[in-house]
Amino acid sequence: MSSLIDFISFKDAGVFTILIGAITVSISSALIGTFTFLRKKALVGDAVSHSVLPGICLAFLISGEKDPVLMVLGAFLSGWISVFFIDFIVSRSKIKADSAISITLSFFFALGAVMLSYIQNSGNANQSGINHFLFGKAAAITDADFRVFLYVFGIILLFTLIYFKKFVTVCFNEDYAKSIGWNVKRVDFVMSSLTVLVIASGIQTVGVVLMAALLITPPGAAAFWTHNIKKMIVLGLVISVFSSFMGTYVSYIRPNMPTGPWIVFFLSLVAIFSVLFSPKGILKRFWNNRKNKRKIRNENLLKTAYKLTFEKKLNTFTRKDIITRRDYETSSMEKGLNVLKSKGLLRESKDGLQLTQQGIEESKRIVRLHRLWELYLTNKMNFKSDHIHGMAETIEHIITPEIEAKLIAELDFPEKDPHDSIIPS
Amino acid sequence: MNEWIFDIWTIITASTVACTSAILGSFLVLRKKAMVGDAISHSVLPGIVLAYMVSQSRASWVMLIGAAIFGVLTNVLIEFLNKKAKMTADASIGITFTWLFAIGVILLAYFTAGGIDLDQECVLFGEISMINLDKIVVDENLYLGPTAFWFIFPVFILVLLFTTIGFKGLKITSFNEDYAASLGIKNGFWNYSLMALVSLSTVMSFESVGAILVVGLLVIPPASAYLLTKKLKVMIFLGCLFGIMSSVIGFYIAKHYNLSISGCIVCVAGLIFLVNLVYSIIQSKSKRNISIQQ
Repeated sequence: MSSLIDFISFKDAGVFTILIGAITVSISSALIGTFTFLRKKALVGDAVSHSVLPGICLAFLISGEKDPVLMVLGAFLSGWISVFFIDFIVSRSKIKADSAISITLSFFFALGAVMLSYIQNSGNANQSGINHFLFGKAAAITDADFRVFLYVFGIILLFTLIYFKKFVTVCFNEDYAKSIGWNVKRVDFVMSSLTVLVIASGIQTVGVVLMAALLITPPGAAAFWTHNIKKMIVLGLVISVFSSFMGTYVSYIRPNMPTGPWIVFFLSLVAIFSVLFSPKGILKRFWNNRKNKRKIRNENLLKTAYKLTFEKKLNTFTRKDIITRRDYETSSMEKGLNVLKSKGLLRESKDGLQLTQQGIEESKRIVRLHRLWELYLTNKMNFKSDHIHGMAETIEHIITPEIEAKLIAELDFPEKDPHDSIIPS
Repeated sequence: MNEWIFDIWTIITASTVACTSAILGSFLVLRKKAMVGDAISHSVLPGIVLAYMVSQSRASWVMLIGAAIFGVLTNVLIEFLNKKAKMTADASIGITFTWLFAIGVILLAYFTAGGIDLDQECVLFGEISMINLDKIVVDENLYLGPTAFWFIFPVFILVLLFTTIGFKGLKITSFNEDYAASLGIKNGFWNYSLMALVSLSTVMSFESVGAILVVGLLVIPPASAYLLTKKLKVMIFLGCLFGIMSSVIGFYIAKHYNLSISGCIVCVAGLIFLVNLVYSIIQSKSKRNISIQQ
C-alpha cells in the first residue's frame, strides 16, 4: 500500500512526467479515436502507426539526432501520406478497404525497416533511441516529449470542439452531411489529420503495434454502455485515464515491466468487462433472450389452454390434449406448466388441468392480441388472410396495453377476426 | 562452401514463403479478411513466448503449436466480438490483436527478467539473412539448405494440397457465403481451416524470415494480381509470380546496398503493386474512353 502512496505523491519526480505524459497521450487518442471508431475506420489508425516509421527515419537521417519536434513532423508527414495512399487505392481501384490498409501498412513499414537498416549500418551512435518507436518506451519520456504531448492534446481538443457537430454528423450520417452541402472531404481531412498527429506524437510511448489500442479500445468499450456520443467520449476518457494510471503504477512497482503493454492490458480488461457485463453486453443479451423464450413458451401454453377450454369445450384437459394441439417437448412443457401453476393461472386436480379465473383473463388477453393483429393486418395493411398468422404469433407477445387500446379503437371495437373466430374481450 | 549457394537458398526460402503466402492471401483478399492475417501475425506472440517457456528452445514444434493455437484463438475472438457482441469488424480485429500482443510483450518482459534469452525484436523482426547460420549439413559436405527452409517447405506442401483438394469449397465460400450455405457447404469449416493454415504459415515463416515479410507477402502480391484478373486460378498464379519476383529482386538490391533483406523484398512487392495500380487505372480510363466513343 505504501508503494501506492509513494506513487500518487510523486516521490520520484520522473514518475510525474511519465504518468501525466501517458495520460495525455491516451486521452488525446481516445478523444479522436471515438470518431474514427464511429466512422468505422478504426484500423486506419493501425496502418498509420506502422507507416510513420519511414518519416521518423528520414527525420533522423536529416538531423542526425533524436529531435522530438522534427521526428513528430516526419512521422506526421509519412503517416499522412499513408492515409492518402489508402484512400487513393480504395477510390481508384477495385481493391477493398481492408486490403488497402494491409498493403499500405506493410509497404510503409518495410520501407521504414529498410531505412532503419541503413541507419544502423551507417553506425550512428544515437540510433539506439529509434527502436523506442517500434516497441515504445514510456519510461523514456523526456520533458521535451512531454511538451509535445501537451501541444498535441491542445490542438486535438481545440479542433474537436470547433468541429464537434460536423464530426458527429459525418460519423453517423455521411449522406445527410453531403445533402446539406457540407464538404465531407474536408471534415474527413481534419479528422484523419488529427488521428495522424496523435499517432505521430504518441508512438514512442506505446510503440507501433499498441498505438492502435489507445485509439480503438476506449471507444470500443464505451460503446457498450451508452448511445450518447458525449457520454461515450467522457467514458472513453475515463477508461483511458484509469488504464494509464494502472499501467504506469504496475511498471512503477515492477520496474522491469513495460508501461505501454500494461496500459493496453488494462484497456482491454475494461473492454472485456464491458463486452460481458454491460447493459448491451453478451450476458445481458443472453439473459434477455432466455427470459423472452420462456415468456413466449408460457404464453403459448396459455393460448393452447384457452382453445381447449373455450373452443373444444373441455372442462378439464390433460397434457396429451395440449401436445396434440401444439408440439411441445415434454420437459419444456412441464417447466411451463409449473410456472403457470405457481402464478395461479392454472390448477391441477385428479380430473386434469384447468384454467383459473385469473388464467382465463390472461389467456383471453393473448388470444385477443393475436386476433386483433390479424384483423389489423388484413383491414389496414391489405394482407391476405392466409399470410397473417405467423406475424401475429410473434407480435402477440410484444403488444403493450396502450397499443392494444389503440388497435381496438382503430379497428372500431371488432368482434370477429379474419378467420371468423371470436375476439375475446 | 561457396557464398552463392547461401544466396540461392535464401532466395528459395523467401520464394517458398512468398508462394505459401500468395495462395492463402488470395483467399484473404477475396474474403475481405486481409487485416486478419496482420492481426494473427501479431497475436501469436503470447503463444510463442509460452511455448518457449515450456520447451526451452526456439524453432521447436511446441513453439509452433503454441503459436498456432493463439492464431486460431485470435480468429475465434474476432468472430465472437463481431457476431455475438455486435462490434464492427475492424474494431473487433483491433481490440483482439492489440490485447494479445500486449499480453505477449508483458510475458516476454516477465520471463526476460528471469534471465531468458528471447528477444522481442528477434521474435517479431527475425531477419532472413540470418537463416544460413542454422543449416543442415550431411556428412560435412552435402548441404541441404537452411533449417528454416525445412520448416516452411512442409507448410507450403500442406497449403498446396489443402487448396487443391478443397478448391471448390474455398472458392464458393470466398465469393458468396449465402450461396455456399444454400448448397450445404459449411462456411465455418472453410473459414477456420483457412485461418488455421494462415496461423500455421505465419508462425512457420515468422521467426526465420520476420513478420514484415510474412504480412507483406500475404496481401501485396495477391492484391496486385487481383488488379489484373478476374479468374481465381490466374490470380493465385500471378500472386506467386509477383512474390517470387519480389524475393529475387529484393534480395539482390538488399545484398548490393547492405540493407534489410525482408524490408527490401516487401518494398519491391509494394513497387510491383504500384505499377499494377497505375496500369489498372490507365486501362480502366482507356476502356471508358472507348465506350464513350462507341
